[in-house]
Amino acid sequence: MISIENATKRYGETIVVNGVSLTLPAGGITTIIGPNGAGKSTLLSLISRLLPLDSGMIAIDGLDIVSAPSDALARRLSILRQDNTMTARLTVRDLVEFGRYPHSKGRLTAADGRKIEEALAYLDLQTLADRFLDELSGGQRQRAFVAMVLCQDTDYVLFDEPLNNLDMKHAVTMMKLLQKAATELGKTIVIVLHDINFASCYSDHIVAMSNGTVAFQGTPDDIVRPDVLQAVYDTTFDVHELHGNRIVTYFV
Amino acid sequence: MPPSLSRNRASIRFLVITATLCVAVCIFFMTIGVKGNWSFILPFRGAKLLAMLLVAYSIAVSTVLFQTVSNNRILSPSIMGFDALYALIQTCLVFTLGAQAVTAIDPRLMFAVECAIMIFFSCLLYRWLFSGAVRSLHTLILVGLIFGILFRSFSGFLQRVIDPNDFIVLQDRLFASFNSVDPNLLGISLLMVGGASFFAWRISPSLDVMSLGRETAINLGVDHRRVTTMILVVIAILVSVSTALVGPVTFFGLLVASLAYQLIANAKHRFVLPAAVLFAMISLVGGQMILERLFAFDTALGIVIEFVGGLFFIVLLIRKGAR
Repeated sequence: MISIENATKRYGETIVVNGVSLTLPAGGITTIIGPNGAGKSTLLSLISRLLPLDSGMIAIDGLDIVSAPSDALARRLSILRQDNTMTARLTVRDLVEFGRYPHSKGRLTAADGRKIEEALAYLDLQTLADRFLDELSGGQRQRAFVAMVLCQDTDYVLFDEPLNNLDMKHAVTMMKLLQKAATELGKTIVIVLHDINFASCYSDHIVAMSNGTVAFQGTPDDIVRPDVLQAVYDTTFDVHELHGNRIVTYFV
Repeated sequence: MPPSLSRNRASIRFLVITATLCVAVCIFFMTIGVKGNWSFILPFRGAKLLAMLLVAYSIAVSTVLFQTVSNNRILSPSIMGFDALYALIQTCLVFTLGAQAVTAIDPRLMFAVECAIMIFFSCLLYRWLFSGAVRSLHTLILVGLIFGILFRSFSGFLQRVIDPNDFIVLQDRLFASFNSVDPNLLGISLLMVGGASFFAWRISPSLDVMSLGRETAINLGVDHRRVTTMILVVIAILVSVSTALVGPVTFFGLLVASLAYQLIANAKHRFVLPAAVLFAMISLVGGQMILERLFAFDTALGIVIEFVGGLFFIVLLIRKGAR
C-alpha cells in the first residue's frame, strides 16, 4: 500500500502538487489521469523519491520514503520515466542487468542471471538481447526499459506515460503486458496515462487529478462518466458502452 | 559462450595489448638516446616519466568520472573551470600569506592545504550543477565557461596588484610544464592519487549506475547526492595533482576519454577507466619522446595536445548539435 499524506511540491511560486492525500491499494493496476499540468508526473516522481517533497509524507508499505535507505526502497519500488536518454552505449542485456543492482550491488549471482533471462523472455527480447539500445526502434527500446524495471523485481512498479511514442499495436501490447504483470506476478502497477480509454479498459482503480489535487477517484465505472470527466478536463465527453467497456469520445 | 562474456573477453584482450604498448613506450622513453652516465640519466628521466604517468592517470580518471557524474561526454573538469579554480587558490594563498611565508612552508604541506581548499570549493560550487537542478547541456557549458573566466580574471587581477617579488614566486608555481616538474611534489602526489583511487575503487559498483543518469540511479537505490559528492572529491584531488605538476591542460582528458569510449565498446567503468588511463599514458609519454628525440624541441607537447584536443572538442559539439 502506498500512503500519501498531504504531499506538496512547489516550483518557485507555482504549487504543482497541492496537499495530496491518497491511498493507493496494493495489487492491480491504478492509473492516474488528468489534464496537462495537473501534477500527475510530479506526484509519481515524489512517490519514487526522484523529487524531494516540500511537505507531507509518503510511505511504501509503511516505509517512509524520506528516511528509509534508498537501496531498501529500490528493492520495493521501481519507476520508469518517459524520457530515458543514456550517454552510455548499452546492450539490452546490459540494461536489464542493471535492474538487479539493488539486489546484487553489481556482483551478479546465478539467481540474478535467471531473473535477467526471465525478464528478457517476459518481454520477448531474447533475440534482441545483445543489440545496442541505439540500434532499436522506439517500441523495442521501451520494452527493454520495462524489462529492466521488471527485473528489479519490486512489488510496486510505477510508469510515467509508458504509451508515449508507441503505435496502437504496441500500446495495446504494453497494456496487456502490464496487466499480465499485475495478475501473474502480483505486482502493484501505477501508471500515469493520457489516453482515458486505456485507463477505462485496464484499470482497477482510477485517480483523476486536476490543479495539483485529487479531483476524483474510484473504479472505472465511477470515473469514466461524462460529468466527472468534464469536471476534470473542462471539455465535453460522450461515454459509450462497448463490449462491457466504457469508451470515451471527445473529438467533436 | 554468451556474447556479453565474449565482449568482456575482447575488452580484456584489448586492455592487455594497450598495456603492453604502454610499457614498451615507457621503456623506450627511459632508454633511447642515452649517452654517458646512466646513474644520472635514469633518475632524471625516471622522475619525468613518473610525473607524466601521474598526470596522465589523473587527467584520464578525473575526466571519465566527471563525465559519469555530469552524465554527458562533452565536458571535462578543465572545461568546467576546475584547474582555473586551483590556480586561483594558489594565487590567493600567495597573495594573502606572501611569497616568503609560502616558500618557507614545506611544499608538501602546502600542497595538501591547497588540495583541501580545492575539495571544499569544488564541492561547494559544482555539486548543485549535478543534483538535477540544471538539465541543459548548454547551460552547463555556459556555467563552466563563466566559472573559468571568473576564476582566471580574479587570479589575473590579484596577480596585477600583488608584490612583484611574490609574483615571480607565483609565476614559477603556475607555469609548470612537463619539463619543469617539481620533484618535491612527486611523493605526495603519488600518495594522494593512490588515496583517491582507493576511494574511487570503493564506490566503483555505483559508478556504472551513475552513468545511467540521476533518475535511473535513484530508482536503482544509489544515493545520488552522496556518490556525486564523493566523486567530486576524487576529481578535485586528481585535478589538483595534475595542475600542480604540469599546469592546466584543457582538452587532453576529453580526447583520451572519448578515445576510450570509442575503442573499448564496453560501457563498464572497469574497462573504460583503464583504457582511458593507458591511452593517456601512451600519448603523453610517446608524444614527449617523439618531440624530444625526433624534433628536438622541448616545450611544444602541451600545444600539440591542446590543438588536437580543441579540434576534437569542436567536432564533438557539432556532432552533438546535429543529432
